[in-house]
Amino acid sequence: MLGMTQHITQLGQSVREGVSNTGRASRYLLRLLLGAFRAFGRPRLIVDQLHFVGNRSVAIIVVSGLFVGFVLGLQGYYTLRRYGAEQALGVLVALSLVRELGPVVTALLFAGRAGTSLTAEIGLMKAGEQLAAMEMMAVDPFQRVLAPRFAAVLLSMPLLAALFSAVGVLGGWLVGVPMIGVDDGAFWSQMQGGVDFVDDVLNGVVKSLVFGLTVGFVALLTGWDALPTPEGVARATTKTVVVSSLAVLGLDFLLTALMFGTR
Amino acid sequence: MKQIPSTPIAPIESLAPITSIVPSKPASGTPIAALEEVSFGYGAPRKILDGVTLRFERGQVVALMGGSGSGKTTILRLMGGQLEPLAGTVFFAGQAIQARDPTKLYAVRRRMGMLFQHGALFTDLSVFDNVAFPLREHTELPGRAIRDLVLMKLQAVGLRGAAELMPAELSGGMARRVALARAIALDPPLLMYDEPFAGLDPISLGTIATLIRELNDALGATSVLVTHDVAETFAIADYVYVLGNGKIVAEGTPAQLRTSTDPFARQFLDAKRDGPVRFHHPAVSLEQDLEVRGARRCSG
Amino acid sequence: MDRKKTDGLVGLFVLAGVGAAVFLALRVANLGGVELGDAIEVRARFDNVGGLKPRAPVKSAGVTVGRVQSIGFDDKSYQAVVTLSLDRRFQFPKDTSAKILTSGLLGEQYLGLEPGGDSAMLEAGSTISMTQSAVVLENLISQFLYSKAADSAPSTGASGGPR
Repeated sequence: MLGMTQHITQLGQSVREGVSNTGRASRYLLRLLLGAFRAFGRPRLIVDQLHFVGNRSVAIIVVSGLFVGFVLGLQGYYTLRRYGAEQALGVLVALSLVRELGPVVTALLFAGRAGTSLTAEIGLMKAGEQLAAMEMMAVDPFQRVLAPRFAAVLLSMPLLAALFSAVGVLGGWLVGVPMIGVDDGAFWSQMQGGVDFVDDVLNGVVKSLVFGLTVGFVALLTGWDALPTPEGVARATTKTVVVSSLAVLGLDFLLTALMFGTR
Repeated sequence: MKQIPSTPIAPIESLAPITSIVPSKPASGTPIAALEEVSFGYGAPRKILDGVTLRFERGQVVALMGGSGSGKTTILRLMGGQLEPLAGTVFFAGQAIQARDPTKLYAVRRRMGMLFQHGALFTDLSVFDNVAFPLREHTELPGRAIRDLVLMKLQAVGLRGAAELMPAELSGGMARRVALARAIALDPPLLMYDEPFAGLDPISLGTIATLIRELNDALGATSVLVTHDVAETFAIADYVYVLGNGKIVAEGTPAQLRTSTDPFARQFLDAKRDGPVRFHHPAVSLEQDLEVRGARRCSG
Repeated sequence: MDRKKTDGLVGLFVLAGVGAAVFLALRVANLGGVELGDAIEVRARFDNVGGLKPRAPVKSAGVTVGRVQSIGFDDKSYQAVVTLSLDRRFQFPKDTSAKILTSGLLGEQYLGLEPGGDSAMLEAGSTISMTQSAVVLENLISQFLYSKAADSAPSTGASGGPR
């Protein structure tokens, strides 16, 4: 009986903690957004971070995009062939990439590559007292360290997603047209007929921006909260990947329902 | 709010070895910093600081000593506004520190220099950029002026030639000296040192101690050291506070402390194994333990 | 200098990303499809446009000669009004007829033009008068069922009407 009361107390405490954590997280998100806005006044910092976060991710994004495009071309062909609709391969590949796979897979890969780097960097800076030193020098670490990184993530994500989709389409074309023999003209013309700039491409861009916001926020906040020990930093990087991946997938469902459900 | 630092510090070419006790300096005017009846704790019964009063007079080198967890570093954090006291007030330059107000707090912090235990250099910046950091963030000086200032600060700590190195390439002692140069970049009136002697070889130890004293005098500043190192500290300090159990167990000039009769101070200063701080962790008597443990092993 | 190198690489990255976005917009999506300026606007009225969408191709003899610009509704005649842009290079007689056709069995719908024999040509703003609406699958099915019922009614003596 006493154990029961303890459990309930603990549950209540967890709920209270959860609520206050949500409040804290929202406060930090606002600080990051405002900070990113102000950080554009110091472009030098953002450019450095763009290099760290964007350039270093290009390789994995492009290669993955190519492979995903290959698979889409192959799988798409096998499926469409059953309905005699091989000519629609182009539009299938393009829509899959631009609407879904481009933004989502890019976000997942980004979380794994750049997100963990950011978390580890911030966590190690915290462990080495660099952030405390900065605060003691009357410089706000949020503004000087976190905000430029957040801004860089917001800028990089749509660019990387566009790269992924573009390379994926080319990959699908490579498999579909020269290798399998789908008609080149049909590939592109059906695609152009089926993919709408506003409804599909722009929606994909909006998705990647939302994902960028999510991944950037999670990566930076887990680094900021990490315990200043090696285990703490390791745990924080794992948390970044898990939380941002789940968040991206969940948000994808929400956004897809909002954007494409009402057509 | 940017401020242009006053006259840059004159380069220190000759570092005369400190072998004698420096005579204590008389207090002059309001202390640069003070803790009045300050209490602090993280909740529950045990208080880290219990109504302590400390005053740091201008121009002095003051040492805070005591066992681990005695609140020395906590005092530094209170002075820097990183922590808020449960009771009492923390003063800087005659004004109470308002830790909740970021603008006021940052204005106050710009007049402090802090040296963290392992230097806390920014690992992605070079030595030069590290020292230039406070100048770039808080002043609008042109690049050339900043360059000259940085080089002079590095000259003062003897590392002008290392300006292009990265922190990862520095030894512990060198990193700490760079951090020292960074702490004095804006010529602050208050300098705080968190365990500046920890883990250093004798040469680096002597160098840092000498630098702390000489820079303090050259800048006309006040230095507060948190340290365990009795010998080195007594050689350069004007005043010492010994902390224990949340209170000040002894204070005075090094000369006065050498003759202190407080048992805790004596155990600390004489490095005695047993005294108010017990050697043996609380446990049952040895005979009982051997009997019990022996019995268990036989039956097991 | 390291700064210049970083700037250069970041610039390349941004250009590559923007280039990819432009590629997606123009080659993958339908942004650059229409030949603006070289086209004349012509209208056609239909009873039912079926699944015809804006930007659908306008074809004659199987060749794309234009695009559907917009589809509107006239609430006086209760007809759909399709505005299309025809490539200025090709001239069509005034009595051209327009049909809504489907490419393949379940494919996208497009507008097919069959030229008439008039010597006067369509100009900007003219209206195509002869149109054939889209085939709506439901109507086709109910037509089929009606005719089936009509066929079987005399032999069974049952009253007309679909089952």
